[in-house]
Amino acid sequence: MIRMDWRRKHVLGLADFSTEEIEFVVDTARSMEEVLTRDIKKVPALRGKTVVNLFFEASTRTRTSFEIAGKRLSADVVNFTSTSSSVAKGETLLDTARNIDAMKPNIIVMRHPASGASHFLSRHVSCSVINAGDGSNEHPTQGLLDLFSILKAKGKIKGLKISIIGDILHSRVVRSNLHSLGRMGADLWLCGPSTLLPREMARSGANLTNDIREAVRDADVVMMLRIQLERQKTAYFPSIREYSRTYGLNRGIFSLAKKDAVIMHPGPINRGVELSDELADSAQSIILNQVETGVAIRMALLYLLAGGHNAAH
Amino acid sequence: MKKSGRKLIMDAKGVDRVISRITHEILEKNKGAEDIALVGICSGGVPLSRIIQKKIQSIEGVEVPAGYVDITLYRDDLSRAGYQPRLKRTEIPFSIDNKKVVLVDDVLFTGRTIRAAMDALIDFGRPMNIQLAVLIDRGHRELPIRADYVGRNVPTARNETIEAVVEGKPGEWKVMLKESTPGKGE
Amino acid sequence: MLLIEGGRVIDPGSGKDEIGSVVIAEGKIMDILPGAGAPGKFEGRVIDAGGKWVLPGLIDMHVHLRDPGYEWKEDIRSGTAAAASGGFSSVVCMANTNPVNDHPEVTRYIREKAASQGTANVFPVAAVTRGMEGKEMTDFAELYEAGAVAFSDDGKPIRNPLLLRRALEYARAFDFLILEHAEEHELSEGGAANEGWTAFRLGIPGIPHAAEEIAIARDILLARQTGGRIHIQHISTKMGVDLLRMAKRAGLRVTGETAPHYFTLTDAAIEGYNTNAKMNPPLRGEEDRMAVLEGIVDGTIDAIASDHAPHDVYTKRCEFVGASNGIIGLETALPLSMALLAGGKVSPARLADLFSAAPARILGLKGKGFLRRGADADVTIVDPDAEWEFRESDVRSKSQNSPFFGWKMKGRAVAVLCRGRITHSLLHGVPPDV
Repeated sequence: MIRMDWRRKHVLGLADFSTEEIEFVVDTARSMEEVLTRDIKKVPALRGKTVVNLFFEASTRTRTSFEIAGKRLSADVVNFTSTSSSVAKGETLLDTARNIDAMKPNIIVMRHPASGASHFLSRHVSCSVINAGDGSNEHPTQGLLDLFSILKAKGKIKGLKISIIGDILHSRVVRSNLHSLGRMGADLWLCGPSTLLPREMARSGANLTNDIREAVRDADVVMMLRIQLERQKTAYFPSIREYSRTYGLNRGIFSLAKKDAVIMHPGPINRGVELSDELADSAQSIILNQVETGVAIRMALLYLLAGGHNAAH
Repeated sequence: MKKSGRKLIMDAKGVDRVISRITHEILEKNKGAEDIALVGICSGGVPLSRIIQKKIQSIEGVEVPAGYVDITLYRDDLSRAGYQPRLKRTEIPFSIDNKKVVLVDDVLFTGRTIRAAMDALIDFGRPMNIQLAVLIDRGHRELPIRADYVGRNVPTARNETIEAVVEGKPGEWKVMLKESTPGKGE
Repeated sequence: MLLIEGGRVIDPGSGKDEIGSVVIAEGKIMDILPGAGAPGKFEGRVIDAGGKWVLPGLIDMHVHLRDPGYEWKEDIRSGTAAAASGGFSSVVCMANTNPVNDHPEVTRYIREKAASQGTANVFPVAAVTRGMEGKEMTDFAELYEAGAVAFSDDGKPIRNPLLLRRALEYARAFDFLILEHAEEHELSEGGAANEGWTAFRLGIPGIPHAAEEIAIARDILLARQTGGRIHIQHISTKMGVDLLRMAKRAGLRVTGETAPHYFTLTDAAIEGYNTNAKMNPPLRGEEDRMAVLEGIVDGTIDAIASDHAPHDVYTKRCEFVGASNGIIGLETALPLSMALLAGGKVSPARLADLFSAAPARILGLKGKGFLRRGADADVTIVDPDAEWEFRESDVRSKSQNSPFFGWKMKGRAVAVLCRGRITHSLLHGVPPDV
């Protein structure tokens, strides 16, 4: 049984999460999963509490996941997207933050294109802040849900060969996963074209390779990343075709992994580019489980941050 | 009552007798074990519910379904808690529709836990009725809740606590009355 | 009449370093007498400089006064007040104002406002290109006549090498100097901090070393190609220092400066997304910091200039990548540079040179940068032993974007004279002239 008191006011990144904290969140998420099996998938734990989704980047899936998580806990969830908001009128992040804070929400969930934006927000609002993705820095809830998904599929993290393949350079998912999976003792492999696989990453303890076969060979978990066309001004690789031929996962390459290996992807998938149709829909893909797990993890975090007037503040 | 003292209220034999009596009362009032389901309230009510389940088995020869419910997500005092309470598990692996659900807890105090447990049960289904069995009723009700089956009534002061041990070796079961340390909730 | 008595008079230009007294009248240095003690009968104010250094008035050759156009960040009055407080009697201000200083009217405006409201000499630098757009040269000669001392598009690099070539060639006839902000924009675009482990850990897009190195190499080689003169501003990288060293060994007419933060801090300072450690070029790694120090010690780097870049709270209190670049520096440049004296690698005379004689030489500022009979009475009196803490309440600038608050400093300018007027004084009984 995990013995600890939750002391964190914000969830900005997994960089300074202890293994005890990670286990505590996962344990809490297990209880939340049970709620999701009931007919009435709702508990009153966050009744009367307000959660604001402040999304400056397009993201239907993460935002919806947080919205559902909040509603399952009976919280009032409010969505604030940048296109429709005052940000389009040139309001600064600071002013937007202060305006929302003045309406006294309990938690702000923010996704923003600038790294460090949620750290900044947490210094200027009085409520709790959950980072739903800040630039290329971190995506802590994804890191936690990926870890929990792997735990459910494999029973453990320690010693597993977990390979992440794709645009490593820009991926905040990778960075959060390096903290969560790395800390729990996984044998991490990162793979991509050299332009997208910064040498600095070796300092994190992960193995680096430009060869997808080396990454997939004997892997227990293969996580594919979406190749981010939106972010690139001058190309990091010659063409989609070339990328797909060298770094896409298909049945042939995947056969190099362990027989019971699982496939993951944070979504949305570029079918046929990084992941073949066949594999995306195969029995070994736990991609949809990730989505389900995501709601439980987010419920756990909302609960841990919003319950208790004086909780850890 | 001695300062910082502990007093044994019930010894192992006493606990066993009392639980037997409660079990008989449950069976008598419900005219048998049919449609009965036991739900222990985490954590004190869980071992007690299992003992009752065993006793029903040996008396009636029937195993009634037993589950347990964690009421942490239904508490009404979360705003006043100084820390975030750790969640426990809920497992009710059977339908409670049309069942006579007997909630089981070790100590009945303000009644708030029972209220939360009833809220949780309603979310699981529609029982025929909900009954309440407790080992000790220590008074100080804050809500209009009463137990159908009570092991013993023990009047207490607010700053005292009741500790019931109904796990492990039956020879070690007991109920203690002690002065409470500040900060410990119900 | 004014007498600065008994201080350690250091004049890097002549090599003088001895106890002496400086006699000042009508805004000029009348005489410098050896030893302490006033000449027989002296009628006038006396400043006791015992235990202090007496240096030629310090010159900060890289300052942003933000006036005209951004007066809420700084203006000529507050900027020169900050300069005086920092020990400077002269500042050289950059052209990225609004409107840009690409027209003689703006140059004259700056000079006139400084003359009437300023507490330091202000030498404007005019833009190399109109609007600093990098397309068309400005009227160099007319701007020079209006008072511009040199030309620079600082804030931005001159992206087009052909244009820089033309500017260097054109300037050569007049022996005008171009000050270049060396940055290869295609490599640095989108970056907000030094490309390295710290930025990587924080998820901040990086500015690679090569962005500065390539630009410096280009600028040096164009100076060589054209026979023109060029001065490289705010050098932050090891390779940048090495390139400057190589250029000097090859006898090219290239000079270079650095700012105190490049030999005091590294990119570790941005930890916690500290926007008060964000500037362009960015703080680099430890190896670069050591190389910049070495470049000062061996004479490769000619001058220290603060790159004083005031910004209001509004543009710094935001997410890191969106924050404005720059920190204020007039009031910390000298104390931070005093650290160079530790270990004896840099002598007080060399330090004085870095801050006075060298900028005057590079920019051709007549009458400035030396202490001798007939020079302008620009004098900085330094207490090398003063121990103090830099606090927000000390700041005379309108802006407070500095990473040095709370730092314990040793060494401080305790008085500054500008053309014989006392513009700053912490000395007991010696009030500044209003």
